[in-house]
Amino acid sequence: MNPKWAEENLQTIRTLMERSAIYRRALAPIMIYVGVVGIIGGAAGRLFQIDAERGFILLWVGDAALALAGSFLLVRRQAMKDSEPFWSPPTRRVAQAFTPAFFIGFVLAVLCMRGSTGSINPERDDILVGVWVLLYGCAIHAAGFFMPRGMRWLAWVFIIVGILNCVYVTLYDEPASPHLVMAAIFGGLHLAYGIYLYFTEPKNPVA
Amino acid sequence: MNPELFLQLDRVIHEKGRLAIMSALAGTPELSFTELRDTLGMTDGNLTTHIRILQEEGFISVAKSYQNNRSLTTCSLTKAGRKAFAGYIDLLEQIVNQNKL
Repeated sequence: MNPKWAEENLQTIRTLMERSAIYRRALAPIMIYVGVVGIIGGAAGRLFQIDAERGFILLWVGDAALALAGSFLLVRRQAMKDSEPFWSPPTRRVAQAFTPAFFIGFVLAVLCMRGSTGSINPERDDILVGVWVLLYGCAIHAAGFFMPRGMRWLAWVFIIVGILNCVYVTLYDEPASPHLVMAAIFGGLHLAYGIYLYFTEPKNPVA
Repeated sequence: MNPELFLQLDRVIHEKGRLAIMSALAGTPELSFTELRDTLGMTDGNLTTHIRILQEEGFISVAKSYQNNRSLTTCSLTKAGRKAFAGYIDLLEQIVNQNKL
């Protein structure tokens, strides 16, 4: 018998055990929170007429940071309530899956900020919105392999909406209000999915 | 090499498909039939057969429920299953260590 066999079997077992650990904390509160933060961001942008490119980017990067920080707090609260570790292996894997796309989105924002003249540039904002949505869709899709299957469906919705947004921006000269597009996509989609999850996901999930 | 250790390996768990099921269930409190199928890339029929064998052996428990008007089958390791799996891993480690000597 091949002496390597037992070692290979152990490695396969370890991989399977890691792969099967799915993130199962309640997603509805996180989705609803992110949706509300997105809608507030859009409303703030319109209300205070933050139309300059730099202001647009700062507002939405700040909004994303707020959404991310709040989501972590919600996850932490759930973990503490269930007397479970916050940084569990599934949580760590989900965070790792999100990181590259978030990082690219952030770097892109910084580059656009540096290149901006401080003037109003809705066409460029619209393209940035499309790219952000696409990156976010890819991030959820990657994380979806460690989460319930519905997340990958949501990812595809984001990807399709992102592509449609890019096509619209390319084909039509009249750009839509980037704040409204951001609020509708990030706010609206998260809120809609959060409400759906609120009524459908199991009430006592385990990490 | 001591062949006795090989002979002690649980034959039910030792089969490739069943070992994969046991490993996947050992990493999480429970998995639905669909999640197991997707994780392991097995066919419905193959998975059902192996689950039945493991269930008959008392290694896994299968619960059927309804979620959003859809039937949901979830599998989890029983106490005996966890013990048998831990024993299996222990033997594998002994075999690995024996080979290193």
